[in-house]
Amino acid sequence: MEPLSFFAEAATPGDFAAARTQMALSLGWHIIIASFGVAMPAITLFMEWRGYRTGSVEYKILARRWARAMGVLFAVGAVSGTILSFEMGLLWPGLMGTYGQVIGLPFTLEGFAFFVEAIFLGIYLYGWERLSPKVHLWSGVPILVAGVVGTFCVVSANAWMNQPKGFDLVDGKITGVDPLGAMFNRATGPQSVHMIVAAFMVTGFCMASVYAVGMLRGRVDRYHRLGFLVPFTVAAVMAPVQVGVGDWAAHFVADYQPVKLAAMEGLYATERGAPLHLGGVAVDGELRYAIEIPNGLSLLAHWDPDAEIRGLNTVPADQQPPVNVVHLSFQLMVGAGFAMLGVAAIFGFIWWRRRGWLTNRWFLRAAALCGPAAVLALEAGWTTTETGRQPWVVYGILRTHDAVNTAPGLRTGLYVLLLVYCLMTIATVYVLRRLARDRPVPVAPQESDVATFPVP
Amino acid sequence: MTAADALLGVLFAAVTAYALFGGADFGAGFWDLFAGGARTGARTRKLIEHAIGPVWEANHVWLIFAVVLLWTGFPAVFAGVAATMYIPLTGAALGIIGRGAGFAFRKTSTTLTQQRIFGALFAFSSLVTPFFFGAVAGGIASARVPPWTAGRGDLLTAWWNPTSVATGVLAVTVCAYLAAVFLCQDAKNHEPDLVPPMRRRALWAGAGAGVLAAVGLVAVELDAGWLAERLWRPVPGALIVVSVLAGLASIALLAAGRYVAVRVTAGLAVAAVLWGWAAAQYPYLLPPSTTVAGTAAAPAVMRATLWAVLAGAVILTPSLWWLFRLFQRAPMSETRSLSDSSTRPVGGDRS
Ligand code: HDD
Ligand code: HEM
Ligand code: HEM
Repeated sequence: MEPLSFFAEAATPGDFAAARTQMALSLGWHIIIASFGVAMPAITLFMEWRGYRTGSVEYKILARRWARAMGVLFAVGAVSGTILSFEMGLLWPGLMGTYGQVIGLPFTLEGFAFFVEAIFLGIYLYGWERLSPKVHLWSGVPILVAGVVGTFCVVSANAWMNQPKGFDLVDGKITGVDPLGAMFNRATGPQSVHMIVAAFMVTGFCMASVYAVGMLRGRVDRYHRLGFLVPFTVAAVMAPVQVGVGDWAAHFVADYQPVKLAAMEGLYATERGAPLHLGGVAVDGELRYAIEIPNGLSLLAHWDPDAEIRGLNTVPADQQPPVNVVHLSFQLMVGAGFAMLGVAAIFGFIWWRRRGWLTNRWFLRAAALCGPAAVLALEAGWTTTETGRQPWVVYGILRTHDAVNTAPGLRTGLYVLLLVYCLMTIATVYVLRRLARDRPVPVAPQESDVATFPVP
Repeated sequence: MTAADALLGVLFAAVTAYALFGGADFGAGFWDLFAGGARTGARTRKLIEHAIGPVWEANHVWLIFAVVLLWTGFPAVFAGVAATMYIPLTGAALGIIGRGAGFAFRKTSTTLTQQRIFGALFAFSSLVTPFFFGAVAGGIASARVPPWTAGRGDLLTAWWNPTSVATGVLAVTVCAYLAAVFLCQDAKNHEPDLVPPMRRRALWAGAGAGVLAAVGLVAVELDAGWLAERLWRPVPGALIVVSVLAGLASIALLAAGRYVAVRVTAGLAVAAVLWGWAAAQYPYLLPPSTTVAGTAAAPAVMRATLWAVLAGAVILTPSLWWLFRLFQRAPMSETRSLSDSSTRPVGGDRS
């Protein structure tokens, strides 16, 4: 046997699984960092603006600290995003070779958004001493706009995979491509809004977590209070909005991806007045151990307690997504969403009536947990969306299995990437923690602390 | 000219910009690697950090942009290259992770050990990434990549062959050359006594690039007959001559201490090689038979993308101009943070 014959072999089912795992891993990693890329500039700019308006040193030094963290997060965001754009081809040439042109427009626009982001990030981070405060503040605004626009674009590409539109398929060849029609498909609205709000929740709650923990450790000064209050308020305001948008997303799924809905709810047989399932696992074609809320699903999905909901069994078994993954992750997202809504409501009450409770240990503990909860909801939401679409990569048109690269050795690639991502996670967390501790925060910060605090 | 040709032009312009600016950033990593011990090399490293810190992310986006334009405009070419070049592109992707993360992490590290680890990561990845990209280009040019519709090429020999090795090594050298040339002016502005060693590096790298380019031509002659024949047609031939002249002019300008002018000629020397290659291949995207027209996306896609590019350019051009101007002008002393962060004792203990 030739020593190099390995490279001439075909991919195995293990390689296919590896490709999916690799995609999920790198997307799941990127999306957390990207969320910070979307929302952190806004929160930081707000801080900087308050600093100039009030002259308060705490605002200024918090803004500088956050800007420093942004420098690190954007760097790892950029590299993890680059991997993704490579992987689109490395792992899914069958998707990109045919449909690359259909979703090219949003990605091109996204490219420009990244450009604007990267340029102004450079100016913002390194221009702190070189620009007047006002110009400096304005130089941050394009970052924020580009972050939101970029998210919209990239999510619209994903939405197209759920609602493929804007082209005709004739004998396996695509014709009549309409890039705008593809970009603005039916899933674009709910998905992109849901994602942008999620980015603000993740960022706000995670940033606030850091200061909540600080306060729990006894550092209850103005600096920590502000560091907690501003991001937490942003996220808390978004929490109820997100539940509403999630409802919109669920209606969209009910109308246009009934099989995904059935998997989310573990509903096998078509039913009128279908119940809502809480918990439970699917075993042998039925959902067991779930708490049922009669007519709940029909009511929520179609605003009609007797509406008919399609079951999974209406499609052949090889077209059903893995029910347990989708059901569990959907439940996790919704559960986390309502838990955060609860904490946000308590926060509202504190704001309105009992300011003193802000430093209550139980409240701070709950608030600190909102950071991880938001990340969990984000990951669970994407797992629902992507896994619920299986076995299709382009819904109803192209199977994931037919899109994968046929090269052997994808598994090796996965192992290498796994190692690299582990190391990158450790290093990122380590560096961020060091940045947070970098200089002892003085009990009463001085203007000189601001002037000598290094950015980036 | 068709819309597909126009898009191809934009795409290749992005590739050129990435090669020049992104390439110089990689080259900076090369010199970081060979800057000497932690103490002796400290000032060179600081100069490098200062020069690429604000701009590397923007320079990096040229790559993303080129990749995206490729899959938008010529999907089967993108898929074909990605499927066949799985190994070197994964390598390049890993190199990009190491480079970006290593650089960002080092900047915020305070202890010498950490700076060494992250610095080594940054510098090593700066070396391998251009090699892989160069090797991919060599594989395409030597007709080893079929389009997606025609199956997959050989996973190993597509990029591990005489042409690819020659172009890969050439890419690394060219990056080093560009970086040294660009850094001469930065050194003059900020650390004048680093100018002579930097100029020496630029001259050596320039000479090396010249020799390797010649070796590359021989490799192409022996290994890639299809391309060799087309390289000496009028347009590509003229571009190669331009490159040689610009390279010679750069040497003269370096010797004369004209560090701004040499940036232009050095850039031209590199760009002319790239465009010479493109001109030799045109209208074939994947030699020997995949043409622009044969793989172009639908006209509606081309039009939409070109409009997007036009609108984007209106925003981008002034922004980029501001970015580069801001950081070319400013003296080093203003970035007090750079020197601070390396001398500050290990942070940590909170009182
Ligand atoms: C902080 C994050 C977060 C929170 C609190 C929620 N979601 Fe969510 N959800 C996401 C973050 C997210 C997401 C990660 O951003 C997803 C993945 C794809 C998408 O468009 O948004 C998502 C997807 C997603 C989908 C699938 C959409 C599709 O496949 O097209 C549905 C039906 C919901 N969500 C519904 C909800 C409901 C009813 C919530 C009420 C509590 C909720 N989400 C809270
Ligand atoms: C524009 C945005 C996106 C695109 C183009 C995209 C594309 C893809 C592709 C091609 C696959 C492989 C096929 C499959 O197994 O479904 C995939 C899978 C996956 N993606 Fe997405 N994705 C996007 C956004 C995201 C994001 C932001 C996440 C965040 C976590 C995500 C999570 C996943 C997961 C978990 C899988 C694996 C699904 C499975 O194993 O069944 N995706 N995606
Ligand atoms: C819903 C999913 C996604 C969101 C919300 C998102 C958002 C972002 C944001 C805000 C950034 C810039 C900030 C930062 O660097 O931290 C970024 C970077 C990047 N993303 Fe994503 N992204 C998503 C999925 C994807 C996918 C699927 C791809 C590729 C196919 C991708 C490719 C990139 C690239 C290439 C960059 C680097 C840009 C640069 O160099 O600055 N992203 N993403």
